[in-house]
Amino acid sequence: MSDWPQVRLHVVTGKGGTGKSTVAAALALALAGGGRRVLLCEVEGRQGIARMFDVDPLPYEERRLATGLPDDDGRTGVVNALHIDPESALLEYLSMYYKLGRAGRALDRFGVIEFATTIAPGVRDVLLTGKVFEAVRRNSRNKRAIRYDAVVLDAPPTGRIAQFLNVSNELAGLAKVGPIKSQSDTMMTLFRSPETAVHLVTVLEEMPVQETADGIAELRKVQLPVGGVVVNMVRPQDLSADDLEAARSGRLDRKTIEQQLIDGGIEVDDALVDGLLDEARDHAGRRALEDSQRAVVATLDVPTYELPRLPQGIDLGGLYELARLLRKQGMA
Amino acid sequence: MTRTRTRVGPLSTGKAPALDVDALIDDPGTGIIVCCGSGGVGKTTTSAALALRAAERGRKVVVLTIDPARRLAQSMGIEELDNTPRPVPGVGGESGGSLDAMMLDMKRTFDEVVESQASPEKAKQILENPFYIALSSSFAGTQEYMAMEKLGQIHADARRDGTYDLIVVDTPPSRSALDFLDAPERLSSFLDGRFIRLMLAPARGPAKLMTAGFGVITNALTKLLGAQVLRDLQTFVAALDTVFGGFRQRAQKTYALLQADGTAFLVVAAPEPDALREAAYFVERLSEDRMPLAGLIVNRATPAPVGDLTADEAMAAAARLRKREPGAVAAGLLRLHADRSRLVERELRLRDGFAAAHPQVATAVVPALAGDVHDLDGLRRVGELLAGKAED
Repeated sequence: MSDWPQVRLHVVTGKGGTGKSTVAAALALALAGGGRRVLLCEVEGRQGIARMFDVDPLPYEERRLATGLPDDDGRTGVVNALHIDPESALLEYLSMYYKLGRAGRALDRFGVIEFATTIAPGVRDVLLTGKVFEAVRRNSRNKRAIRYDAVVLDAPPTGRIAQFLNVSNELAGLAKVGPIKSQSDTMMTLFRSPETAVHLVTVLEEMPVQETADGIAELRKVQLPVGGVVVNMVRPQDLSADDLEAARSGRLDRKTIEQQLIDGGIEVDDALVDGLLDEARDHAGRRALEDSQRAVVATLDVPTYELPRLPQGIDLGGLYELARLLRKQGMA
Repeated sequence: MTRTRTRVGPLSTGKAPALDVDALIDDPGTGIIVCCGSGGVGKTTTSAALALRAAERGRKVVVLTIDPARRLAQSMGIEELDNTPRPVPGVGGESGGSLDAMMLDMKRTFDEVVESQASPEKAKQILENPFYIALSSSFAGTQEYMAMEKLGQIHADARRDGTYDLIVVDTPPSRSALDFLDAPERLSSFLDGRFIRLMLAPARGPAKLMTAGFGVITNALTKLLGAQVLRDLQTFVAALDTVFGGFRQRAQKTYALLQADGTAFLVVAAPEPDALREAAYFVERLSEDRMPLAGLIVNRATPAPVGDLTADEAMAAAARLRKREPGAVAAGLLRLHADRSRLVERELRLRDGFAAAHPQVATAVVPALAGDVHDLDGLRRVGELLAGKAED
């Protein structure tokens, strides 16, 4: 059973380098079981989804991306992908609401589209979140649109996420009344509802964990619903707590280890044993730091999920493996 | 059993030429070092460590950081944003060098530009305009531009007063390399652009421009934004137009400073596909724009395992051992060894891929530290690792 049965919009954020895009993709696969349809969106113009799934760069168009992770009965669902860029979102918005076919092109010619999407403050974010909103709610004007059971957004990083989603505030200085104002108010209603969850990805290091804590505080301050924390790239847990302690303090018994290595069929020499003991000590030190950060994460008081660091890197198989682990832990 | 002797070498082996960090920071000809790269690769720490090392080797250094971790900022005495370089205590000593540090306040830098360019009355009008407030605090390229603006200012001051002979600049974690190099150009081309002329048109006599296209546009904008917003926007644009007449010129000056001989760009990355792809992009952009690239720094590298036991051999032995002696600690050690060997192999492959595509880029590889850096000793240690002079 998922921890987030009500949620239809999963926003995934994280500090740079923590693997938020990977987690967003894995979450989409995990949600797409049992015939469910999921949309995975990216908004940062990086084409990260296309690279992860090894497909051609995505257009501004919902495309079938992958088959979801099968459920216990072997039923799969579908993951579609959408690359949202602000220019296309603005032109679509204009044509959907204002039937501005010709004027839309004129706006483009006069540099208005460029102005709105690059210079005009906050507008860029509102266009991106606006399209995400449309994908969750589906507009009555967009009749042939696919309806999704869930939308996963690979969102901007933790430092920017509250600002990014707090659209009515971003526009406060610009649109006090009028259509844009009412539109952004409607969007806020969804983003603040129990149908939305903002998940934060971190690794067990001081700075990312601190940023996660700050991000959660900021989200709460503007009443955006905090989801779970995904602890990514966790080191392998091959040693017991006792052995870790012994490794850290250099008390692992050398003779025993030598004998065990010989039993395992390895030609033992001193350099090898020294090397393994050194590696163990280094690993134990890093594990201790991880544990102290894990304790900090526990104080954040939100559901947490852990994903291992995959030594081979993230390939398609790796994404399904991570999806399976997220589902097993109840995130999807 | 037979062993394949494929050696997973130490960090320095790789196909790229080695970057001599000490030669770079010791060279009196190096006046500016710009550290760029994607987010989360340790750019800020690298900048601070380079600056400290240079200071302790006798340079008079100022480091301009963007968003340092709180504890690091505290240890450097720059936790307050006052947009002025402050001396970092306990640096220099006998070397004769010194280190100042500052944290960039983007909005304040922008405000100062406005104040320096406009009459007090005009400046006030601009500073209070909602478009200006939003532009100066949240526009995606503003931070990048202001980092360059501040660099220009510090450089001019330093040249005049002889305060510094080396400026180290940390850059904002850009969405892409383009933001950082293009922001000045984008901002100034916007201000000189068609849209501005359009916005200014009513004030300058609409008769000439009252074409069909213009009518459509103002109607559309009014419909979307409302009349008040359009008026605010026009005020803003009109005010900026008078103030930033020389904006393009300013941007070009900064750009020229970056291209000059005394500048050295360091691209910072981590041994991950995304970070290295971003780094490759930076390298290409820098060379297209004829910006002087000094080299690549790969942070957070996994330390190479000792010995020549391969990952596959270690895994096989671990499996055999586990069957014979469940719970044997050596099985755990072997699996850790295999994990590390695989990481190191993968990182080496990634770096070699980069080196194959960019064989001219000198590279320094810095092993991952066990913890975060939040004091000068930590920065010194990073500096030693950067220079390849760490004792271990």
